[in-house]
Amino acid sequence: MFGVSANLRHVCAACNFGNVEFFNYDWKEAGWWNITFLVGSVLGGFLGGYVFSNPEPIDLAASTVTDLQALGINDFSGLVPADLISWEALGTPTGLIVLVLGGFLVGFGARYAGGCTSGHAISGLSDLQLASLMAVIGFFIGGLLMTYLIYPIIL
Amino acid sequence: MKILEYLKYLLIGTAFGFILVKSEVVSWFRIQEMFRFDSIHMYGIIGLAVVVGIISVQIIKKNNIKDTKGNPITIPPKDASQWKRYIIGGSMFGLGWALLGACPGPMFALLGSGITVMIIPILSAIAGTYVYGMLRDSLPH
Repeated sequence: MFGVSANLRHVCAACNFGNVEFFNYDWKEAGWWNITFLVGSVLGGFLGGYVFSNPEPIDLAASTVTDLQALGINDFSGLVPADLISWEALGTPTGLIVLVLGGFLVGFGARYAGGCTSGHAISGLSDLQLASLMAVIGFFIGGLLMTYLIYPIIL
Repeated sequence: MKILEYLKYLLIGTAFGFILVKSEVVSWFRIQEMFRFDSIHMYGIIGLAVVVGIISVQIIKKNNIKDTKGNPITIPPKDASQWKRYIIGGSMFGLGWALLGACPGPMFALLGSGITVMIIPILSAIAGTYVYGMLRDSLPH
């Protein structure tokens, strides 16, 4: 079954220095196709976002722009806000939280829930799996908490 | 022969990454717009993907379509009685998704697009995966 986050587990299995049981499997056999797919995704990102990149800012809903400006986001050029996601931002407390804690929660949560957006929201819902619907509800519980409660505090 | 197999997955992955960027679902801004319910953009993309997926899965099941090696395509059902892992784990994932504005696929597509700092959340996500593996037996599932 397809899911991008399974590759994070394959990486852990490839360097399982702590001999954690969850990562004791033949990652090459299980993951060679998915890892190849992932390499392609980086290449596709390079083609779509670098070689043939769109120079225009994203055509966001006006209400989102107003809300984000109120939170102190000013740079709306590019795909991501440089205020939060850049090497410069990594040196700020907020940027550090976004990049390090954000990534950690995505990795931990995806494996805990048994899948990410591609595995649950796309593949799982396509197969009408109740478990995937529960996971997607979870995604939104977390996402709404972050957007409406936590982001206003940390920004 | 093996090279062709790799090439196939590489090309599908390339299309996936390209579309993730061009549809702007890799954008932190679009994720914020989604969680604020300000636009149909993200719902339209994910919703349409699911509709196409449902139709595809039904076609595969109805016609017993085989994979490239001639084996029947089966999708292992997930155990819905493990609701705790889906709700708690899903909520943790959602917190990270909204915070970083990117889920695993977009992290890698953004890295390819030249936003090199994405290597930091990718490494963090691998660390998060590893810590889950270590704590797995003591977490409610």
